Amino acid sequence: MSSRNRIFTCLVLLIAVVSFAGCSKKKTSTAPSAPPLTGPAPTAQLTATPNSITAGDQVVLSWRTTDATSISIDGIGDVPSAGVKTVTPTESTSYHLVARGDGGSADATARVTVTPAQNAVAVANDMSSRNMTAEEQFKANVQDVFFDYDSYDVRGDAQGALSKSAAYLAQNPSIKVLIGGYCDERGSNEYNLTLGQSRANSAKAALVQAGVAEGRIRVVSYGKEKPFCTESTEECWQQNRRAGFSIDQ
Amino acid sequence: MTAFLRRFSRSLPALLFFAYLSSPISVLHAQDWVRTGSGLGNQRIRIAAADFKPVGGDPQTPQFKTVFDATLFMDLSNAGVFDMVSKSMAPQATPGSPQEINLAQWAADPANASMVALGALSVGNGRLTVSGWVLDAKNPGSPQVLGKQYADTASQDNARAIAHRFADDIIARLSGLNGIAETKIYFVSARTGTKEIWAMDYDGQNQHIVTKLGTTSLSPRISPDNTRLAFSSIGKEGWAIRMYSLELGRMVSFPGGVAGGSNFSPSWSGDGDKVAFSSSRSGDPEIWVCDSSGGNLRKLTAFRGPDVAPTWNPKTNSQIAWVSGRTGLPQIYIMDADGANIQRMTDGGYAISPSWSPNGQFLTFSWNRKYGPGAPGGQDIYVMDIASKRWLQLTHDAGSNDYPSWSPDGRHLVFQREIGHESELWTMLADGTEQQQLTHSGKDSMPNWSWK
Repeated sequence: MSSRNRIFTCLVLLIAVVSFAGCSKKKTSTAPSAPPLTGPAPTAQLTATPNSITAGDQVVLSWRTTDATSISIDGIGDVPSAGVKTVTPTESTSYHLVARGDGGSADATARVTVTPAQNAVAVANDMSSRNMTAEEQFKANVQDVFFDYDSYDVRGDAQGALSKSAAYLAQNPSIKVLIGGYCDERGSNEYNLTLGQSRANSAKAALVQAGVAEGRIRVVSYGKEKPFCTESTEECWQQNRRAGFSIDQ
Repeated sequence: MTAFLRRFSRSLPALLFFAYLSSPISVLHAQDWVRTGSGLGNQRIRIAAADFKPVGGDPQTPQFKTVFDATLFMDLSNAGVFDMVSKSMAPQATPGSPQEINLAQWAADPANASMVALGALSVGNGRLTVSGWVLDAKNPGSPQVLGKQYADTASQDNARAIAHRFADDIIARLSGLNGIAETKIYFVSARTGTKEIWAMDYDGQNQHIVTKLGTTSLSPRISPDNTRLAFSSIGKEGWAIRMYSLELGRMVSFPGGVAGGSNFSPSWSGDGDKVAFSSSRSGDPEIWVCDSSGGNLRKLTAFRGPDVAPTWNPKTNSQIAWVSGRTGLPQIYIMDADGANIQRMTDGGYAISPSWSPNGQFLTFSWNRKYGPGAPGGQDIYVMDIASKRWLQLTHDAGSNDYPSWSPDGRHLVFQREIGHESELWTMLADGTEQQQLTHSGKDSMPNWSWK
């Protein structure tokens, strides 16, 4: 019994030292001393294609790393060791990737230059849009917004699209909007249906805040029941994590 | 600090030894509490199921007899209370009554049966008649412990149904438990192109469609009296909780489940008086409850984030477990049936789809303990003892597993296993053993086991 007590004392001290070490943000450390650098140093590459766009256009980020255990891109969060992701920056942005591994860390940066769109609000009135159907005009002006993994918070990069949507809806007061909430294929359909509901609700709240009357907006969740894309890739999953807008007939 | 490090490194071997000693022991204990709580730890009775004796000259008799023998053997084997004498060890005889059996032959090696189930099956005038007995092989002086006669219209389905009834009678007589051989499993299948509610016998036989709404229907939950099926279905007004009457064979009204916002994942209280479900009619998805008639609606939760998948404690009807995303990834919580005393049950990961055991002691749910982009975690079925929060992982390294549902005897679980994009239904004992695949269409999901 006394030897067991000693072990418990030891355990308590171990926990104490680990949580003390936690102050310096080394959560994964299990040994009391800082681990020496072992293994090869990580490498990281990040490219943005194209690297110059007009606001509202899409950029494909692609990255590749080696010997890294934790990879993150500022503003996006944790990412797999290699992948591609579509982003829609509204202003010039430097995407910064950090790869950490047992052998240290490496980083890479890709710069995207964004030129402001030519009077986005006026798009509905220019010559080319006169030939568009109401549906096509709606699609051109009210763009879907995308969400992070397991999140229903409207991202910073969606604000531009939402302002444009609100402006278009203000100019076309007879249009009613249906917002569908969608999720990627991972997780359970029941939970994803409520997550999709929360995403649609968030998009609705953003439009209401931008001045669209609440009564003009209806929301419905599709969870992962009606995916836009059916491949098991991060790019496809991102396509499916969205609030989709359509005219409520 | 350095003094501590020196002391730590000296005691490290002792620590490692302690960890080594304690881990296998805790695993054994973990299985113990599940086996004790679910009754699976009881001594199994060794029983032989003799092939039944065909009586009379009707040409359908051999075919019905084959179905009957196979069904009875599987039912007794699936029950989890018997140690079955394999057919190859049993005597070749097919005794049609207690007078025709040489009991000593069945009690002796290699069969070494404690109990023998036997009987005769006959078809005549369109009727199927079965006489069944159970004899105690270790008590030759007064062996009969059960004698029953069954009759129904002659059909293959009825041969199976009578075998189920005889099996449940044997289980009740020998173990004191209600058997599950006559229970049903309701589920979602997309075999017709849209997701409809389907039903089947507990052993995967007799699969048939129930709803034909031509839209997406999910989350079937059968009422405790087996008369009404609640589920969530999308229509013009969005997602509603809808009701199908199995007695009337058609949809019936359920006003509380319609209107305003999306309504998902219904759950019956054990007394059948109430239905809880997730609804976003007030904005955020919350847990709501109403009477089984659809009236008297009340909101139980009020916290930003998804709340879904309620399940009642069927023993007391005074508590509800459900899934909430209020802190980020979904976790299992329990609360009182009035919304008070919220308690979080899982400590992280991605935990979904709780089902409360019939004896009130356990929750089963699906859990990915290492969830995240690129994380190695699998979605597996777990059982948790509610009082102690001890848990046991039941599935390992086999697909993505979800929607576990308890059998009414509390000894079995049915669940969904998805491999690639093929989703099938499986059963297992509540300790994770004896996993069996029930469906093979690749399009079956969300099983719900009937209450009796």
